[in-house]
Amino acid sequence: MPEPIIRIDNITKCYGPLTVLDGLSMNVLPGEKLALIGPSGSGKTTILRILMTLETISGGHIEVDGAQLFHMPGKDGLAPADERHLHRMREKIGMVFQHFNLFPHKCVLDNITLAPILTKAVPKAAAEKRALQLLDMVGLADKARSMPAQLSGGQKQRVAIARALALSPKIMLFDEITSALDPELVEEVLNVMRKLANETDMTMLLVTHEMGFAHDFADRVLFFDRGKIVEEGKPDEIFHSPKQERTQSFLRKIVAAGHRV
Amino acid sequence: MIDWSGYITLILQGAFVTLELTIMASILAVIMAFVAGLSRVSKYFPIRALATAYIEFFRGTSVFVQLFWAYFVLPFAGIELTPLQAGVSALGLNAGAYGAEVVRGAIKAIGRDQREACVALNLSRSQAMRHVIIPQAIPLILPTFGNLAIELLKGTAVVSLISLSDLTFQAQVVRAQTGSTLVPFGTILLIYFLMALAISYGMRWIEGRATRGLDGMRT
Repeated sequence: MPEPIIRIDNITKCYGPLTVLDGLSMNVLPGEKLALIGPSGSGKTTILRILMTLETISGGHIEVDGAQLFHMPGKDGLAPADERHLHRMREKIGMVFQHFNLFPHKCVLDNITLAPILTKAVPKAAAEKRALQLLDMVGLADKARSMPAQLSGGQKQRVAIARALALSPKIMLFDEITSALDPELVEEVLNVMRKLANETDMTMLLVTHEMGFAHDFADRVLFFDRGKIVEEGKPDEIFHSPKQERTQSFLRKIVAAGHRV
Repeated sequence: MIDWSGYITLILQGAFVTLELTIMASILAVIMAFVAGLSRVSKYFPIRALATAYIEFFRGTSVFVQLFWAYFVLPFAGIELTPLQAGVSALGLNAGAYGAEVVRGAIKAIGRDQREACVALNLSRSQAMRHVIIPQAIPLILPTFGNLAIELLKGTAVVSLISLSDLTFQAQVVRAQTGSTLVPFGTILLIYFLMALAISYGMRWIEGRATRGLDGMRT
């Protein structure tokens, strides 16, 4: 049994008086594809944001690839992580956002090459070559010189995926990446995700409302509600024979809204 | 009959000084606007405090007083400035304080999404500023900087009070010597107007260059 690549140990996350995550623990194995589902405000996006160091935790520990995320070795035991430590940890983690967050003032190619050039000292020619390979993989090789404003939502999201992949992270986080897309554009993004799942051994965590896709894509599905993991298991178990009442009621609502499971 | 050609020459010399002042003070103002504006969003308290003090002081006192301070009071502290130096300093620092708030506002307007993308891509804060945030802030900053430049141009008239031979000073000289108010002041009115127009057109051209390809960008 391989060591977990992510170990979340009893974390709490509070925004002032509001407790979003309360004593949450979970492990992710290397190469695992996880789907996180649940109602809004259940904390699933918060976990992704915490892993990407966009948020801090109010309590508990997180270990990523063998090292503490928010703590580093100090004089006596663990000290809060400084920027350098966080920078090193972030090298292993990439994230794709619901609203793409592309850089509007740079063309597609420059969007993808910026971070490798600046943070990994990759020479421009090499960065561009790899960027074109990634664009080819997501089916947008002809858009290398286009500006983001000229692309459709699905194209922008595929560029965002390529941009995150350019840094070769071990762990990729996808935060509702199709939720902001017109329905006819969702499939092209899901196709890229299927390709990634099949062709790479990256660990992937996906927060999604696309239940059919989550069922096909994930090794394990976690159902969140009010900051806790209510139920987890293989896709068939969760979607076809959920044990918990809250899971059942959530899935009923999703199916009623027209999502195929 | 008054020989106007000699007086027109005087006025044109004044125009040159006004131009000189405007350009040099504008350069100082832009530098100070970015330095102070960026300092205001620094994570280090002393830097933020220093920038805030500078901005509040120069916005809160009139440029008239600042100019007199620079020219008449600083010598007591051992700093001797020529009228031109005093003029450029006071006008530049004054406009820079207003510009700093414009810079700060524009940077804040570049929303959270862009900053989060930079974190996700592991860019350092300064890399994010330099390559992502500031380039997007510039189109937001330019229109107001254009306004500030025109106000700076008109504000240069205050240096006539420390006997710097700018446009307004020369107009007063001509008026004193010829007894006519209409001709000299009418002339400088026109000259100020043309200079302001030139600034407007110049800024619009720069804005056009800065937003090339950014049709989808909010401005």
